Amino acid sequence: MSDPRLSELALDGLWKNNPALVQVLGLCPLLAISNTTVNAIGLAVATLVTLLVSNGVVSLIRDWVRAEVRLPVYVMVIASVVTIIELIMNAHFHELYNTLGIFIPLIVTNCIIIARAEGFASRHGFGVSLFDGLMMGLGFGLVLVLLGAMRELIGFGTLLDGADQLFGPIAIDWGVRVLPEQMTFLLALMPPGAFIGLALLVAFKQALDQRSLRRARAAKDARPAEPAVEAVG
Amino acid sequence: MKFPVQTSPHVEARSNVADMMTVVLWALVPGTVVAIWFLGWGVLFNVALAVGAAWLAEALMLWLRARPFQPALTDRSVLITGWILALCLPNLAPWWLPVVGAVFAVIVAKQLYGGIGYNLFNPAMVGYVVLLVSFPEAMTRWGAPVEGGAASLTLVESVQWTFLGVLPGTTGFDALSQATPLDQWRMVATQGGQVTGAGLSIWQGGGWSIWLNLAFLAGGAWMFYRGAIRWHIPVAMVVGVVLTATLLWGIDPEQFADPVFHVVTGGVIFGALFVATDPVTASTTPRGRLVFGFGIGVLAVLIRSFGNYPDGVAFAILLMNLAVPLIDYYTQPPVFGRKGRVDADTEGR
Repeated sequence: MSDPRLSELALDGLWKNNPALVQVLGLCPLLAISNTTVNAIGLAVATLVTLLVSNGVVSLIRDWVRAEVRLPVYVMVIASVVTIIELIMNAHFHELYNTLGIFIPLIVTNCIIIARAEGFASRHGFGVSLFDGLMMGLGFGLVLVLLGAMRELIGFGTLLDGADQLFGPIAIDWGVRVLPEQMTFLLALMPPGAFIGLALLVAFKQALDQRSLRRARAAKDARPAEPAVEAVG
Repeated sequence: MKFPVQTSPHVEARSNVADMMTVVLWALVPGTVVAIWFLGWGVLFNVALAVGAAWLAEALMLWLRARPFQPALTDRSVLITGWILALCLPNLAPWWLPVVGAVFAVIVAKQLYGGIGYNLFNPAMVGYVVLLVSFPEAMTRWGAPVEGGAASLTLVESVQWTFLGVLPGTTGFDALSQATPLDQWRMVATQGGQVTGAGLSIWQGGGWSIWLNLAFLAGGAWMFYRGAIRWHIPVAMVVGVVLTATLLWGIDPEQFADPVFHVVTGGVIFGALFVATDPVTASTTPRGRLVFGFGIGVLAVLIRSFGNYPDGVAFAILLMNLAVPLIDYYTQPPVFGRKGRVDADTEGR
């Protein structure tokens, strides 16, 4: 199978086939951990690294794994990667590790990772698989961080509060209070807020897509089709 | 001689959404007047703010969705949403509380689902629950009725409090506010005290809850007379409340309130007549209505007795709204002339 172009992979992961907004995979961590920006960044990075490493390893071993046992093997690979990340986080970002809690081990069950291993990395070369993992991870992570920022802003009135958990002591005053404490809307922090926020993001993406589609059509209609000869010349 | 044959309908009844909503609006008037009399001008502000905000939100959403303004803005359904929401709010609420609730109710619970007739949940109850979970402090600003309470604020003082948060001279907020009977009961019950000796009475504060419920009943009777509601849901809901409350009270009268207290306090009568009977979100079959109302009654008492919030009527209505498609599916009346239920998929075989 020929490898797809890198630009296509990037567009797929970040926009056209975005794991969070279009495939709607990995909803559980997406909804549960997006209550603050820092939590979201932490989980986004962890998921991204897992995707990168698991895609790479699966791509490397793809010729030696029999088709009948491939899924258990992939799950073992992913579980090992997640265990390593969990131990690293426990050692170096202990507070964040405590906040994220069960959701770090649960990365194993995130559908995006097994979907990319089975659907992409098991059929493509090492370099392309790494790039695909990077783009899918970024696509998921950006939505996660955006949702986290939205919910933190509306629910707490702050942004990047507690950044020192992730970036060390230099980040101790990165947190900004944007809204006064009386103006916060607690609902955004609760599960309904996560669902409504994600739904709004999905709707916003659809609206943008439809608008660009309408514009493309309008532009096509306005300009009469050029003769084929000129296009070739 | 030729006899022309006319097809039915032979008698036309003029009935549309706007007429029905007008009946409901008039039915809300006596309850609102009594509430203003006992609870002060804040109730009036709540109604005005919520109705105005709901109407503007509806107009905004229709414009955004590129829908025609005409039937939706003049059929008065959005006014009822705002009004019902306002009657659930505390009488010393700040001005933004009814506004936020009404805007959320109309935009998220009504228009995002597709506008009137398409919403799964009762918009007013969604607005109320969102306020309850989001602004717990503001939602407890209940003023004591009549003597010395919120009703003693003059119109000007009420305006100052609602819009600026300023109280007249020496009056502190604590002097005005008072826990509602349901709050008091919760406090006593959760602290392991005895409900019977706590002096809980439905007659406290001049019996305002009795008068309020009588006014709502008068409005309900008017709606029933004009055919805007049927008896099934309100009766089934009150029966559900009484049966469940009696059962719990019979098990342990020291911990659980008696059935009369349950019916008279909180939103049981109001919810049964005005909220649960919403034609869009309630069950539509006769037997289904009985199940729907009974379920709300049972759930409301259970949430009151074992939940975290003092009143459970709003949560119960939303939960049963969720169950409506299932209830309707299993309670379809048989087609005339046939025996038993007609399944949609065996039809026409």
